[in-house]
Amino acid sequence: MEEFLKQYLDPKFAITFAYLIKIFCIVIPVMISVAYLTYFERRVIGFMQSRIGPNRVGFFGLLQPIADALKLLFKEIILPAKSNNFLFFLAPLLSIAPALAAWAVIPFGFEMVLADINAGLLYVLAMTSIAVYGVIIAGWASNSKYAFLGSLRSAAQIVSYEIAMGFTLVGVLMCANSLNLGEIVMAQQGGISQWYCWPLFPLFIIYFISAVAETNRAPFDVAEGESEIVAGFHVEYSGMAFALFFLAEYANMILVSILAVIMFLGGWMSPFSFIPDGIFWLLVKVAFVLFFFIWFRATFPRYRYDQIMRLGWKVFIPLTLIWIIFIGAMMQTDYAEYFH
Amino acid sequence: MDYLYWGDDANRLCGVLPLMKNFIMNIVKSLTLHELLRGMGLTLRYFFSKKITIQYPEQKTPQSPRFRGLLALRRYPNGEERCIACKLCEAVCPAMAITIESEQREDNTRRTTRYDIDLTKCIFCGFCEESCPVDSIVETRQFEYHGEERGDLLYTKEMLLEVGKKYEKQIAKDRKQESKFR
Ligand code: SF4
Ligand code: SF4
Repeated sequence: MEEFLKQYLDPKFAITFAYLIKIFCIVIPVMISVAYLTYFERRVIGFMQSRIGPNRVGFFGLLQPIADALKLLFKEIILPAKSNNFLFFLAPLLSIAPALAAWAVIPFGFEMVLADINAGLLYVLAMTSIAVYGVIIAGWASNSKYAFLGSLRSAAQIVSYEIAMGFTLVGVLMCANSLNLGEIVMAQQGGISQWYCWPLFPLFIIYFISAVAETNRAPFDVAEGESEIVAGFHVEYSGMAFALFFLAEYANMILVSILAVIMFLGGWMSPFSFIPDGIFWLLVKVAFVLFFFIWFRATFPRYRYDQIMRLGWKVFIPLTLIWIIFIGAMMQTDYAEYFH
Repeated sequence: MDYLYWGDDANRLCGVLPLMKNFIMNIVKSLTLHELLRGMGLTLRYFFSKKITIQYPEQKTPQSPRFRGLLALRRYPNGEERCIACKLCEAVCPAMAITIESEQREDNTRRTTRYDIDLTKCIFCGFCEESCPVDSIVETRQFEYHGEERGDLLYTKEMLLEVGKKYEKQIAKDRKQESKFR
């Protein structure tokens, strides 16, 4: 694409322009999938509760997300008295920006990646950790006790689960010998049996549960906790500012699902070696993982706060450590090839 | 010192073994996410189950003949108002939604000059209907009505009579069907 643009434009400008186009090619589908994820979620949860969910707006209710977005767009943004204006508006941006920035290193196919950096995994970890500042600042700037409680909870929760999540990723990079997401996928070549979800099965489960906790989704949604603290950190937000939090939550959900797919389910690789690989497989797998997110939400009641802490610190962290040591030990034995 | 007797070794083992078994089973259960998976199985079953949603404007739930909806005042078949202004309904109404004023007519009968029901106060308890000696004030099956302005739901005598006229057939049929239970 750069070559093509260089024919018409100044070469420096062409590169920037090419990147801009690529960014749009990522951000716009992400936004659309966020919108339709909300629709998907409402339909699936409805089905699991013997309802049918939204089916009025457009064909099968397919225009519902657009109607919702328009509604939020036209709503007034209310500024609470005595809130810190600057931080109040910074918070939604701080939560949406990392949620989108992390997509830069996600490989959608062979060499189909915006920024092919070597420390991709670390970059993603860093970005997902920054997202919590949005929540914390939102809770603090709102000058409301519910919001403040929500942000405290979410800070503690994200800090605890970040560790377990980081350790599961250590397992992956031990197997793949690389921090580059593309290379991690390439290391899982050769059908379903080569995917890392088998040798790293406990880590896969722990990663997945931590991912649910990281994105503040049910049953770990204590930061919002409607029945306890109204809406938690975003209780004072309305209109577009609220919509940004909403977008960030769902974009993060898709992001951690795609990461789960890349690291444990073979990314864009097809499950059987005789079927060609491609982005299609990535989408199917991501949809499958996202279904689990929604399934959890429809099934489990919210964890109690101290139970969340216990699970994070006393169960997940020891378990991941044990499994990492186990993998390390196995790699020194004759069975090492199962872990590569 | 009987209560300090711990039994012989075999007995003690019998007490400890099930405890250990329980302990191990608990760990295995929670590590295999046994209960969580069962819960997910349940929701998945419901995912494929028949949906019970009633799609309202097109589909409606069945109504009982005793349905308590919009209020109406009835007339006799000869066109005479039923209401004799006894004010029993006004007295019984727990929400104090009814206001009645009455006077003597030329033919020396007592009739209402004003009969207002504030539907924003009414709780649709049906006491007025039960108290009425002449089946004048009744509740119809109508529930799809609304007011667009303040005061639209303050129903006057004329409006109530109008409702009664409109749904008289249904009202009479329901009263007849229920008459043997009253
Ligand atoms: S239905 Fe009950 S509340 Fe309504 S007017 Fe009659 S007595 Fe009053
Ligand atoms: S509606 Fe019935 S109860 Fe009420 S004043 Fe008239 S006759 Fe009496």
